[in-house]
Amino acid sequence: MDLDTGTLRSLIVAAAEQIIASAPELTALDQAIGDGDHGINMKRGFEAVLGKIDAIAAQPLGEAINTVGKTLVMTVGGASGPLYGSFFMAVGKAIAAGRRLPEDLADVFASGVDAVSARGRSKAGEKTMLDVLVPVLETLRSDAGRPDLMVRVRTTASEAVERTAPMLATKGRASYLGQRSIGRIDPGARSSCVLVHAICTTLEAHL
Amino acid sequence: MSDTVSIVIVSHSQDIAKGTADMVRQMVGKEVNIAFCGGNPDGGLGTDVPRIIDAIETVWTPKGVAILVDLGGAETNSEMAVEMLPPERRNCVVVCNAPIVEGAVMAATEAAGGSPLDKVRAVAEELSPS
Repeated sequence: MDLDTGTLRSLIVAAAEQIIASAPELTALDQAIGDGDHGINMKRGFEAVLGKIDAIAAQPLGEAINTVGKTLVMTVGGASGPLYGSFFMAVGKAIAAGRRLPEDLADVFASGVDAVSARGRSKAGEKTMLDVLVPVLETLRSDAGRPDLMVRVRTTASEAVERTAPMLATKGRASYLGQRSIGRIDPGARSSCVLVHAICTTLEAHL
Repeated sequence: MSDTVSIVIVSHSQDIAKGTADMVRQMVGKEVNIAFCGGNPDGGLGTDVPRIIDAIETVWTPKGVAILVDLGGAETNSEMAVEMLPPERRNCVVVCNAPIVEGAVMAATEAAGGSPLDKVRAVAEELSPS
């Protein structure tokens, strides 16, 4: 089966609404170990996505997700724009190239994770969004086909965020804090978790 | 058309970007085309991909464009902007790993002598600890 337009629209709206609702929390986290604009930036980006939701939902799936990515790149205003933008652009390209949802979910997700890793020249373990995205990808692969896959993915994401607290940041703004970055969860990991939860919950309701 | 490499300055702050460009113009002169941008799409501190693309296009020359950036997001957004250029232009634009003010002055000085892009970049990047 393929994702229908209604599901696509619900996915994008849910992701945007959850990020917008989480903006104060993301900003507070970023004030602790970053430059304090993560929530504001992500909110600006996803508001821009919501602003053109009709045009986006009218596009074929791959193209639609690519447009979400490009919109984030053009409107976020911080490093999270290219990072999340590259994720969605790569996911969109994977789908446009013939990957299908939900069957190829893990492979499609992997394209996005690779793009984030390349864009940020980063890997898991450096206290970034990859510390959520990589474990989520592992669960998508190891638990593929299970009826409770979405529940497991959500749990993975939530646990993964908490595991960023003791990590030492070596990438991004938080790395300037050195040892002082230890003890706080990473704002990018948290926003990734918010997105993963929003997407899983919507997929669960529609598939 | 310019026969020197152009310089683009990308800061989180419009004031820093403009001030850096002012310093380069005073120290190096006007042979080198310089564009600058700073601030996020709302006018706060940050960087903005569409404005970085505009800045590159303002001073575009086939000789190449060297971008100098301040903090992490400026670098990531500048790299993204380069990738969004038409394919034939992408290979002629580089993001220098150099301190923004000193790097811009050194890059512009080198560019003013007519050096190619890789040399302009190398001179700016000599300022960074390896």
